[in-house]
Amino acid sequence: MITIRKFYYGDYGESKLDSSSDNETSSSPSGVGGEWPLWEVFIRSKQGLDHKHAGSLHAADATMAIENARDVYTRRMEGISIWVVESKHIHASNPDDADALYDPANDKAYRHPTFYNLPDAVKHM
Amino acid sequence: MNLEENFQQKVDDEIKIEPKDWMPEKYRQTLIRQISQHAHSEIVGMLPEGNWITRAPSLRRKAILIAKVQDEAGHGLYLYSAAETLGISRDEMYDQLHTGKAKYSSIFNYPTLTWADIGAIGWLVDGAAILNQIPLCRTSFGPYARAMVRVCKEESFHQRQGFELLLTLSQGTEAQKKMCQDAINRWWWPSLMMFGPNDDASPHTAQSMKWKIKRFTNDELRQKFIDMIAEQVKVLNMTLPDDELKWNEERKHYDFGKINWEEFWQVVGGNGPCNKQRLDARKNAWADGEWVREAATAYAEKKLAKQTTNAA
Repeated sequence: MITIRKFYYGDYGESKLDSSSDNETSSSPSGVGGEWPLWEVFIRSKQGLDHKHAGSLHAADATMAIENARDVYTRRMEGISIWVVESKHIHASNPDDADALYDPANDKAYRHPTFYNLPDAVKHM
Repeated sequence: MNLEENFQQKVDDEIKIEPKDWMPEKYRQTLIRQISQHAHSEIVGMLPEGNWITRAPSLRRKAILIAKVQDEAGHGLYLYSAAETLGISRDEMYDQLHTGKAKYSSIFNYPTLTWADIGAIGWLVDGAAILNQIPLCRTSFGPYARAMVRVCKEESFHQRQGFELLLTLSQGTEAQKKMCQDAINRWWWPSLMMFGPNDDASPHTAQSMKWKIKRFTNDELRQKFIDMIAEQVKVLNMTLPDDELKWNEERKHYDFGKINWEEFWQVVGGNGPCNKQRLDARKNAWADGEWVREAATAYAEKKLAKQTTNAA
């Protein structure tokens, strides 16, 4: 266990209780996996736009997730439509694979219109 | 380049670190603590203000205060979510708060004695928080930075409503003016302490500046705050409770008196006026809410079971 003592906003280092905290946390009632599942929230800010990831929250079921998302992420008219999906259903690419996945796109400049030199005389292209 | 050098290169190039990226263990631990303590501060911060919701002097003020306190709950949630991406669970964080392992901003251990305190909190406490939070919008960890962008957008109304509240009092009866000045007197010094200890008492600042978790030192931000407030207080026709507060033409900053760090460490250590009350309120809310959490889970399970039976 690293003990770091430094100070930021709202951060006054670890308290002196720390040395005994291992025993305390193990006997605590929380953290036994009884948490409500985590949901990812996607918000459509206005008609015609995509739903965009806004953040996440805990809720017992989808109905509650949407209700909570409304309270948390749309208090100032940020949205007109909400999607929620349980976080465990999200599959993500691995950042370690970034080279293999995205590098091949780097050397294909011919996929962009600016790759082609045309005489100025050609209009509307 | 090894993993750590690669990481530092990204930070130097202002490329945000995302949860699944490799990061030094100390960076992760530092962020977990900082973000969770920031979240706790938002949640505990609801208590001193909640104290005045039922006694707000008008419907307008009451609606504003409810909206503000609701915002603080939202801020807490954004931040808890950001911390969770680093691998700590929400319940673990609550547990750290309830057992006293994790701290929250010591400012919330002061009582709100009069209605004017609500104005002083908005103007001074939220004002100090904003100065801390704006640079955090550019902090190197992506989820933290994104959470802070949201928070900052919402926070500016908090400060303005506080100033407006005090301005109204400052133009009122003698008793109201007195109440206004008294609140400023009580909140001024604790607000300065919000920026944390002096830089020379903050030995690890260098590391988190290098990691770009932090962009300015405690003393830099504190000075900025003092310069700002020393001007704003003139509009209120009030004074700040510091005889040594004086513009220094050479430094182009306000000089100010000595901060009582002994008081600061006493409050951090649990001996502030309201530490016990605040922590008890959180612990009770958590314990009293247990049956609700269980009931919601049971209901969700029952509904799911029904769906599965119907589908079969």
